[in-house]
Amino acid sequence: MTYAANPLRDALDRRLPRIAGPSGLVIFGVTGDLSRKKLMPAVYDLANRGLLPPGFSLVGFARRDWAHEDFAQVVHDSVKEHARTPFREEVWQQLSQGMRFVPGVFDDDDAFQTLKSTIEELDKSRGTGGNFAFYLSVPPKFFPTVVSQLKKHGLSESGEGSWRRAVIEKPFGHDLRSAQDLNAVVHDVFKPDQVFRIDHYLGKETVQNILALRFANTMFEPLWNRSYVDHVQITMAEDIGIGGRAGYYDGIGSARDVIQNHLLQLLALTAMEEPASFGAKALVTEKLKVLNAVRLPRELGKHTVRGQYTAGWQGGQKVRGYLEEEGIDSKSKTDTFAAMRLEIDNRRWAGVPFYLRTGKRLGRRVTEIAVVFQRAPHSPFDATDTQELGQNALVIRVQPDEGITIRFGSKVPGTQMEIRDVTMDFAYGESFTESSPEAYERLLLDVLLGDANLFPRHQEVERSWEILDPVEHYWEKHGNPEQYLAGTWGPQAADEMLARDGRSWRRP
Amino acid sequence: MNIDLTDTTSSQINTTLVQARRSIGSPAVGMVLTLVIVTDEGNHYDALRAASDASKEHPSRILVVVRRPGRSPRDRAMARLDAEVRVGIDSGTGETVLLRLHGELAAHAYSVVLPLLLPDAPVVVWWPEDAPEHPSEDLLGTLGQRRITDAAAAEDPIAAIALRGETYAPGDTDLSWTRLTPWRSVLAAALDQQSAKVRGAVVEGEGYNPSVEMLALWLGLRLNVPVERKATEGPGITAVRMETANGELCLDRADGSLAELAMPGQPDRHVALHRRGTAELIAEELRRLDPDEAYASAVQYGIRQSKKSAGASRSSGSGSGPSGGRARAQAETQPEGDTAKQSPAAKKAAKSPTKRAAKK
Repeated sequence: MTYAANPLRDALDRRLPRIAGPSGLVIFGVTGDLSRKKLMPAVYDLANRGLLPPGFSLVGFARRDWAHEDFAQVVHDSVKEHARTPFREEVWQQLSQGMRFVPGVFDDDDAFQTLKSTIEELDKSRGTGGNFAFYLSVPPKFFPTVVSQLKKHGLSESGEGSWRRAVIEKPFGHDLRSAQDLNAVVHDVFKPDQVFRIDHYLGKETVQNILALRFANTMFEPLWNRSYVDHVQITMAEDIGIGGRAGYYDGIGSARDVIQNHLLQLLALTAMEEPASFGAKALVTEKLKVLNAVRLPRELGKHTVRGQYTAGWQGGQKVRGYLEEEGIDSKSKTDTFAAMRLEIDNRRWAGVPFYLRTGKRLGRRVTEIAVVFQRAPHSPFDATDTQELGQNALVIRVQPDEGITIRFGSKVPGTQMEIRDVTMDFAYGESFTESSPEAYERLLLDVLLGDANLFPRHQEVERSWEILDPVEHYWEKHGNPEQYLAGTWGPQAADEMLARDGRSWRRP
Repeated sequence: MNIDLTDTTSSQINTTLVQARRSIGSPAVGMVLTLVIVTDEGNHYDALRAASDASKEHPSRILVVVRRPGRSPRDRAMARLDAEVRVGIDSGTGETVLLRLHGELAAHAYSVVLPLLLPDAPVVVWWPEDAPEHPSEDLLGTLGQRRITDAAAAEDPIAAIALRGETYAPGDTDLSWTRLTPWRSVLAAALDQQSAKVRGAVVEGEGYNPSVEMLALWLGLRLNVPVERKATEGPGITAVRMETANGELCLDRADGSLAELAMPGQPDRHVALHRRGTAELIAEELRRLDPDEAYASAVQYGIRQSKKSAGASRSSGSGSGPSGGRARAQAETQPEGDTAKQSPAAKKAAKSPTKRAAKK
C-alpha cells in the first residue's frame, strides 16, 4: 500500500494507526490453552483498539462437535476472562459476525473441504478478499499433516493480489535435522516469506526496546564492547514446574525449550551490530551474522550445566520433584535447568563470555539480560572504602516488572569514604503498564500486515540448533543432570561453572 | 496522600512534593511530562479525573490552575495562592497539584507554574474550556510544547474551529480533531481498497459539532472535492458518504457505537466506532508531542477557503469573516485548485499552506 495511492493517507498524519487489510485468521487447535488464553483475547484487543479491518473473520478448527454459535460463546468467555481491554458490546458484535467453526480431525478430507467452502463463503459475505493466515496451534507432529492437507485442498494458494500465510509456534524441531525437515515441509507449501514463526518474546515491548536503547541513544553503545563489558548474563527463570506438559516436555528439556529460541534470540539482539534499517531483511542479516560468530567452549563438561528439580518448597508451597511429576519416566534424564557459556568471535565481543541459563522451579519467575561491566582499572579509593562496591551493571528486565536498571557505586552519606552499590531504575511498569499491548497482539497484527521483522527466520532457527546440538550430544553421552531443590536458583554446578571463571551469577 | 497548603508559594509546594514522595517511600521519579490544566472551580473535577486516568499511560505531574479572581473589589485587591498536593493512589501514577489563584494572582499564573514544571521534560497545556484566542501567545501557553484546546466546549464551536485555524502555531491541537481519529482511520482503510477517484463527499452529524466541521475540512483537503455538511440529530457524527465512480462508499453510525461500512462491490460490514471519553482523548494527545501537521493543514484549509471566497465576493460587500459559521462552511464546498497538485506524502507540500497562511 503506497501513500500516494490513497488520498486520505499522509506520511505526516501520525495518528492514523496501521490497520490490517481485509483478512481472516484460521486457528488449528483452537480449543488449546494458548488459543483461549492468548490468541482469542489478542484478537479482541486488536479489534477494540480499532486495528482489525471491518469484516475480519476468525475460523476455528478442532475436533469438537460445535456449531458456529458454540464457538462464538467459547471465544466470548475467553475474551471476557483474559482480554486486556474492557469488554464492549459493539466491538464484540463486529467480531462475532465473522466467527465460524469447522469441526474435524487433521486427516479428514471432508473437514478441509468444509474449511475451504467456509473461507470462500467469508470472502463473499465478509469481504476478506482471500487473505487468510493459518495459525498452527498444534503439536509439531501434526504440522506435516495439516500443511499437506492445506496444500491438497488448495488452501495454501493465494489468488492474484491476495495472500495465504502460515503461523507456527515453537518448538521448531528438536535438533538441526528435524528443524530442516520441518522447514522443508512448510516451505514446500508456503513461500518462506509467508511463514511466520512466533517467538512471543520478540513481541514484548522490552525486547523491542533493546534495539531502541542501543541504537537510539549515544550513551550506551560506546561501552557496549569488550573494552568495557566483563560478561553478559541472560536468564530466563520460571517458578512453575512442567504442569500438564509432561508429554511435550519429557525428552525435550529446558535447553531445547528455551535456550535454542528465546535466549539465543535475546543474545543476538544484545550482541548484534547496528542494522542498516529496521526492515526484516536488515535485521535478519545482523542477527544471523552474530549467531554465526557464536562459539561453544572447547570443554563442554566444564562450561555447561544441566539440572533436574527435586521435591522441595517453592514460595511457601510444597512441590513435587521432576521425576515424580505425572507422566514422567522415573529414570528420565531430561534437563529442567540448563546453563552454558558461549563466546562470540568478533572484534566487538572477543573474550567476553555470554552466560545463558534457564530452568523450571527456580526462585522466581524472571527474565533478564544483565550486561556486567569491568571494574574501574584504577581506584583512587582505599580497598576498604570500596569493599562493598560491585561491578557496574546494566540490566534489561524483560519480565515481569519490565524496565531497565543501572547499578553503580555511590558514596554512603557520612564522614567516612565508603562506597556502595546503588541502582537507578527505569520501569515500564510505572509508565506504560496500562496500555502496553500483549506480545501476541503485536505479533498477530504483524502477521496480518505481513510485517516480518519481529519473527525469527528459518536460517536463524537452523543456526540456533547448530549451536545447541553439540551440547545436547555431549549431555547424552556424559552423566546425568544434577539434582537441585525446587525453589532455589539451580544446581551447585551452575555456581561452580561461573566460579571457575572468577565470576558469580546475579540473583535476579 | 493529600496535603493542603494555604497562602503558600511555589517553592513551598516543591518542598512538599519531595517530602510527600519520600514519605510514601518512592523517591524515584518516573514521570514523563508536566500537564498544566487551566480551568475554573466548576470544571476542574472532571478535567482532573480524565487527566488522572490518562496519567496511567503517561505518568505525569498534573498542575491544575484554578483561577479565582474574586467578585468584590476587596477580593480582587488581595493575592493569595492555595495549593492541594496529592501524591500516591488518589492521583493516578504521578503527582497532582491543585493551585487556586486568588485575586490579583489569577492574572499571573505563569509565575506560579514555571517553578513547578518537571526539569527537562515536555510540558502540555490543556484548556478544557475557555481557551485563549492565541494559545501559543498566552503566557501559560508559551510554556508548552503542546497546547490542547477543545472547540466543542466553546459557545460557537464552528467559529472556534475557524479561530483555531487562524491562530494556529506548531504544537496546537484540538480535541475535536482527536475525536476523529477512529473515523479517519476507518475511512482511510476503506479507501486503501478503492482505486476509484472520489468525486464528492457528505459528512452528517450534529449541526453544532466541531468534529463534523473538522472531518469535512480534512476530507475536502485530502480529496480535493466539495464536501457537504448535513445536520442530523446525532449523536456526534452519524455518517460519511463518498461518491466514487463505482458507487457510494458509506460509513454510517446511527447509534454512536456500532457503524456500518458499505462499499461498492463488497458486503456490508460492521465496525465498532464508540465515542471515546476525555481520558482516552487526552491519552492519545499525550502519545505524541511533536506538532501535528495533519491537523495544521486541515484546520487552516478552512481559513484559506473562506479567505478565497471572501476575496472573490468582497466587491459585493458580503465578506464572510472567519467566524461566519454555517455560511462560511457553505462557501468551503468549492474545491481549491492549488491543493490538487500536492502530493500527499510530500512534506513540503503539507508545510506550504502554513507559510501561505502566515504571509496573509
